[in-house]
Amino acid sequence: MSRPFLSVENLVVHFPTPDGVVKATNGLSYTLERGQTLGIVGESGSGKSVSSSAILGLHRRTNAQVSGQIWLDGVDLLSLSDEEMRKHRGQDVAMIFQDPLSALHPYYRVGDQIAEAYRAHHNVPKRVARTRTIEMLARVGIPQPDRRVDDYPHQFTGGMRQRVMIAMALINDPTLLIADEPTTALDVTVQAQILDLLQDLQSEFHTALIMITHDLGVIAEVADDVLVMYAGRAVEYGSARELLTRPSMPYTWGLIQSIPDVSGPVDKPLRPIPGSPPSLVHPPMGCAFFPRCPYSKLVDGSGERCANELPDLLPIVSGHLKRCHLEDPEVMYQETPALEAAQ
Amino acid sequence: MTTTPLLDVRDLVMHFPVKSRGIISRTVGHVKAVDGVSFTLGAGQALGLVGESGSGKTTTGRLVTRLQKPTSGQILFEGQDIADASPRQLKPLRRDIQMIFQDPYTSLNPRQTVGEIVGAPLEIHNLVPKSKRLARVQELLEIVGLNPEHYNRYPHEFSGGQRQRIGIARALTLQPKILVADEPVSALDVSIQAQVINLMQDLQREFNIAFLFIAHDLAIVRHFCPEIAVMYLGKIVERAPREELYSAPKHPYTKALLSAVPDVEQARIGGRRERIRLTGDVPSPINPPSGCRFRTRCWKAQDVCATQEPPLEPKGASTGVAACHFPEP
Amino acid sequence: MIAYIVRRVLAGIVMLLAMVLVVFVLFFATPGNPAENSCGKFCTPEKLAQITKSLGYDQPISYQFGMFLKGLVAGRDYPVDDSYRAQLIANGHADQIIHCNAPCLGYSVLQTATVNSIIAKYAPVTISLAVAAFVFWIFFGVLIGVIAAVFKGRWLDRVIVGVTLVAYALPTFFVGTFLLQYVSIKWQLFPYPHYVDPIATGDVGDWLIGLVLPALTLALFYMAAYVRITRAFVLESMSEDYIRTARAKGLTSRTVLFKHGLRAALTPIVSMAGLDFAALLAGAIITESVFNYQGLGQLAVRSTRDTDLPILVGLVIVSGAAVILMNIIVDILYAYIDPRVRLRH
Repeated sequence: MSRPFLSVENLVVHFPTPDGVVKATNGLSYTLERGQTLGIVGESGSGKSVSSSAILGLHRRTNAQVSGQIWLDGVDLLSLSDEEMRKHRGQDVAMIFQDPLSALHPYYRVGDQIAEAYRAHHNVPKRVARTRTIEMLARVGIPQPDRRVDDYPHQFTGGMRQRVMIAMALINDPTLLIADEPTTALDVTVQAQILDLLQDLQSEFHTALIMITHDLGVIAEVADDVLVMYAGRAVEYGSARELLTRPSMPYTWGLIQSIPDVSGPVDKPLRPIPGSPPSLVHPPMGCAFFPRCPYSKLVDGSGERCANELPDLLPIVSGHLKRCHLEDPEVMYQETPALEAAQ
Repeated sequence: MTTTPLLDVRDLVMHFPVKSRGIISRTVGHVKAVDGVSFTLGAGQALGLVGESGSGKTTTGRLVTRLQKPTSGQILFEGQDIADASPRQLKPLRRDIQMIFQDPYTSLNPRQTVGEIVGAPLEIHNLVPKSKRLARVQELLEIVGLNPEHYNRYPHEFSGGQRQRIGIARALTLQPKILVADEPVSALDVSIQAQVINLMQDLQREFNIAFLFIAHDLAIVRHFCPEIAVMYLGKIVERAPREELYSAPKHPYTKALLSAVPDVEQARIGGRRERIRLTGDVPSPINPPSGCRFRTRCWKAQDVCATQEPPLEPKGASTGVAACHFPEP
Repeated sequence: MIAYIVRRVLAGIVMLLAMVLVVFVLFFATPGNPAENSCGKFCTPEKLAQITKSLGYDQPISYQFGMFLKGLVAGRDYPVDDSYRAQLIANGHADQIIHCNAPCLGYSVLQTATVNSIIAKYAPVTISLAVAAFVFWIFFGVLIGVIAAVFKGRWLDRVIVGVTLVAYALPTFFVGTFLLQYVSIKWQLFPYPHYVDPIATGDVGDWLIGLVLPALTLALFYMAAYVRITRAFVLESMSEDYIRTARAKGLTSRTVLFKHGLRAALTPIVSMAGLDFAALLAGAIITESVFNYQGLGQLAVRSTRDTDLPILVGLVIVSGAAVILMNIIVDILYAYIDPRVRLRH
């Protein structure tokens, strides 16, 4: 049985700081196949961006401590030298970022920036790179690409700029694309266009796509599988449908509960998750979500187990994993009685 | 019997001049950010103002709070027009109309303590004797769910959600009648957004504050506001009670907007909603299209849409209003 | 872009005129006798009267200003009084009339020469020194600053930061005297510096060598500052999002640093450097004094000592004009580097 196309195994990313070691990612593992989309959901401090940046090797030459294995198409990226990793970066694996205005260099024309990405990995004359750039701009839906190729980033609207970023990321036909909150800074109608574009391109090039977001709605639209991260660890993993309809971890359930939507009942009050995410410098001993979890007492009557013992990431049914001591997630769905009993 | 609404905005216009790039700087055009907006807000009510970038919703909020002076139009607060009021005339009114800003990380002065930030309005308007100010500040901190003992701390010592609470406390200091909330939760984490939304709802009920809730997030607006106005390129294109707007929108733009929102509920039930893909970009507010401004992206556009601007009026059996020649049924 | 440049130049001309007016008012319209201030230390009543007449100090202020402007634009003649000049011509003393070509900054009775010619004599030294110092401090300042930024936090960075602090604190006279007395004279590490005119003697080599020590003296202070500034701007620039994008594209570290990071950091450095350079053109009094180089700084000191008003006026206008010119150049450069400035959308 061959390895999955992408396999992250026990990824750990720690940053030593004057205040202590920030344990941004702790033992993260997941897999992804080509043509599939993995949605990584989490809030600030969850480690979703940090762990994904590690796949691109962006933590090299910083003071970050990275360990574990990242297997991409049979190669462990973490074992490569800096120069070897540089060759993969932007070529086999590419990334698009949240704010295209600050992510593009303001002083250079977009055509030059995109061509630069191409020429970093292909030894071709400028003419050839320029032609390819214009092709790519057309492919991502930028009108009059032969004229706009010489424009500067600030001369584009937000949605168009993000398309430029996508063109730049895909120009080398990467097999893995990581999109870090690509639509958060965009208007909702533009967001829809970008998500559609990403999905079209994915099916055309059979790319593996990792979509990092905090927006469960985006996950619902594009993700095949979902990984929920909290305080640097995976806390739930499963198919998007499963996870959104029958989550088995209180954090996931809490996220779904706290989000208003456009079609459900209105008089249902929003159920925020009380408190805030934990410090990554001194992560708690047991389950990281324990201080905010209303169900901990249901586990053993006192909540001791959740406070002291970090749950393992274990399968519930095949393909669906959770990191939680709560045996029966059904109690969450019964809402009010369970909540009152827990308090 | 019609009582005077708390806030009555009529034909509000804000045009920003555009200077040419030639040797001599001339005004060559105007950015028609807000181009004839009218709505009313009653005491204790909440009106949502929804739109994308370039719709003019933020500018409208700034005009209502008179952070900006409108080019023309009337802003009737308790029957009195404040659109042209001088700064001196406005000062007492600032107590009644306050604003909550979007970015909790940059809207608080990092060099002031929380107590100073929240207490500043008290000092400026000289309402409470100095000896009683601290007590009031602590009272406010408690109302918004913060520890009153933390008045001596600085903003950077708080999380994003807490900072937004500080901003809300500051807005509440003078017991305003209207709060203009400009994207109050967009910069916050998802689980914190719900906390702040709930807080604002509690405050609204307890102190009977009217809210003008400006946002691009249709889902949050839906939760907070019983009445919602949708803006496009400086004009209101539809205004309706919540249930009607979301279940049976009349204006094509509203429909497209709703269909673009990624919906968790829908995914849970299964299948994708039929998505209306809007083509093209939002036109420039310097040169908006003639007639109906949405016509360049509207799948229903006909000749009359280019020649005649559709009036904002009731359509069909609904109580709301929409500006369209061919509204949705 | 052209419109931008034209607008800047026009604004510059307006500023220049305003500056000339202010200088004129300051020196000639305030209480105090300009004739006395142009007369020198050994002034006699006869000389005073002659100066007043020939330089036109007895005329109304507006007339004087008008003549001054005319002199700037089209040149003028001395003595100022028309009838007096006619008289000289009639008497066959036409050679006593001084023709001062545009831009005429005035006439110094003490030196019996036009201010222009005097300044022109001293200017090359100052310009050579300023340019040499500029090259030194920009090249080494930026280079060391970039090194410090790249090695941030490590010992090399700390050493650089520490040394620049010391260098910044050293007074110019100390550095200059040290270089002169020890480096050149005592330890004989460098030939004794004197200024060699490259155009007159054709000896470019000696000219350059003669510039090294004084330029270094002038530059050390600025170099220290620019190391720090470059370091700060490069660090800031390297923490921007577009650097992360550049890395994610798979560019080499060198490309990321120089093409993406440094380019963005250059803009503020360019602005500051232009203005600092302009300040140097006014003359480096202390450095010139230590090395006894006859530049504009020395001229200014001498003219103040001798109370030679016209030269001082000329110097102020020249240095003011230099600043305005550098301002325009810097603005244009800025627009060239940062497309957001020239393409306001």
